[in-house]
Amino acid sequence: MRSLLAMAIGYLILLPAVAWLLVWQQSPDQALLNVSYDPTRELWKEINREFIRREQDATGQRIAINQSHGGSGSQARAVIDGLEADVVSLAMWPDTDAIRKQGLIAPGWEDRLKNRSLPYYSTIVFVVREGNPKNVRDWDDLIKPGVTVITPNPKTSGNGKLTLLAAWGAKLLQTKNEAEAEKFVTELYKHAPILDAGARGSAMTFVQKRIGDVHIAWENEAHLEKKESGGRLELVYPSRSIKAEPQVALVDAVVDRKGTRAVAERYLNFLYSPKAQEIIAEHHYRPSDDSKRNRNELRDLELFDIKALAPGWDEANIKFFGDGGVFDRIYQK
Amino acid sequence: MATNRRVLPGFHLSLGYTLLYLGVLVIIPLIGCLVKASTLSYREFHDAVWTPRTRAAYELTFGASFTAAAISVVIGLLIAWVLVRYEFPFKRFFDSLVDLPFALPTAVAGLVFSTLYVENGWLGRFLVPLGIELAYTRAAVVLVMVFIGFPFVVRTVQPVLESIDAETEEAAQTLGATRWQTFRRILLPSILPALLTGFAQSFARALGEYGSVIFVSGNLPFRTEIAPVLIVARLEEFKYAEATAIALVLLVSSFAMLIVINLLEKWTRKWDK
Repeated sequence: MRSLLAMAIGYLILLPAVAWLLVWQQSPDQALLNVSYDPTRELWKEINREFIRREQDATGQRIAINQSHGGSGSQARAVIDGLEADVVSLAMWPDTDAIRKQGLIAPGWEDRLKNRSLPYYSTIVFVVREGNPKNVRDWDDLIKPGVTVITPNPKTSGNGKLTLLAAWGAKLLQTKNEAEAEKFVTELYKHAPILDAGARGSAMTFVQKRIGDVHIAWENEAHLEKKESGGRLELVYPSRSIKAEPQVALVDAVVDRKGTRAVAERYLNFLYSPKAQEIIAEHHYRPSDDSKRNRNELRDLELFDIKALAPGWDEANIKFFGDGGVFDRIYQK
Repeated sequence: MATNRRVLPGFHLSLGYTLLYLGVLVIIPLIGCLVKASTLSYREFHDAVWTPRTRAAYELTFGASFTAAAISVVIGLLIAWVLVRYEFPFKRFFDSLVDLPFALPTAVAGLVFSTLYVENGWLGRFLVPLGIELAYTRAAVVLVMVFIGFPFVVRTVQPVLESIDAETEEAAQTLGATRWQTFRRILLPSILPALLTGFAQSFARALGEYGSVIFVSGNLPFRTEIAPVLIVARLEEFKYAEATAIALVLLVSSFAMLIVINLLEKWTRKWDK
């Protein structure tokens, strides 16, 4: 009898907890979830506000758009493991394609939207200290004696990967010689005393702790860093750099289950509208509509894409970041 | 049933819940870990966990954790002693400060430490000119591990010290024992098991630490890269099985160490009697 009573008390405690978990997991009907990478929080907030307003004007429907941000790779894993993203806007092609490999996104996703599913693109540039004391103008200056560079670890960060690829590609296009390119990146990482785990960590190392002469960063982050520094930091555009392609995609498995395909498609197409392109440019990303780009701010430079370095991303990942690849060889004693 | 008769009822219910919780929180995730890693062939498993780079990372992870736990024992014992045996203003405040590392997000600790010890940080500006460069070195890894580990020692040793009367020490003194003898013969035997437990806890805690370490170590391969960083790197490549394999190596070796420490502790308890 007593144990019955105890059991009843036990369940009384347990049941509300379970109920709470269930309620907490439920989301409203017409709500989209956009799973993105770290620095895009403000960009998407503004785009979402605009889209929600237009949607209400056009259809009378009130929708909600939730955002989720984190490291691009871990965000992709979250979607693979069941995070119900209607739309993903990740930093790198391999992250989106990893979701496709699990069957959640239809094959050929890249060609479903305009401009290879790129409403915007970006690149990798240099941030230097006020007055550019080490006189850094281009990639070759980074390996001059006494110059230290700050950039995250390519094994754990998208920024890190792009840095290595940009350095490699710039040297390769300059010399047409892979051995030269490998020699250059090996030398470059000897000038990197710290490899932070992510882009945020590197920014803090460079800005707050004032370590290093050059921060090799995403263009949009570089502009924010400069703006917030109040004149203590400057930007340097190298002659060449890599074209960073943060593609967007519909997660087919999720939108079909939730019945949100139509609104999610309208959302993605909205990204190419003049208004959205303006918002994108204001946040220092390069809009796919080049007429919206402020050339004084997002300057012209020669951009090459991954195809200049390898047949595609999968091959590039093996070649540069796989076991025994370029990055491993740099540190092999 | 008869053997488990207690004043308070509810043995079956509480045992049931204990197993349920342990199952959900510990055993099922562990089994998941094993299942994931078992998708690799022996060859693949070996290649994932045993490269020069992973070996260097294990060495650093275990070496730094061990050193940190050893330092934590000394610092922890001292703090526990002061908190138990002396009265001073704001004692309760200092006492609660010890719990701070439990509550603080460890990434915050890592950031604060690295900001303090870099060349133009509050402490770094005095230390770096003296040649003491702590930020982004192996020493920094040990430092944050001590920070997150010493409270375990304090909190395990404190109650034991409290239970030893000061009279016991006085009695030893009246019988002619020197201070060292009093410590060695009277105090140490009673607190040794607790010290070992504290050591084991802070060691195990340090092994798995990620959040704070990545901010104070430069994460350079072969030099300041800890094993958990390799796990994250594998995950970034969507190589779940390889990541789990490295995790499994850490898990099994730390489990083995905990068993050894537990045996040691048992042995010291016997020696006490």
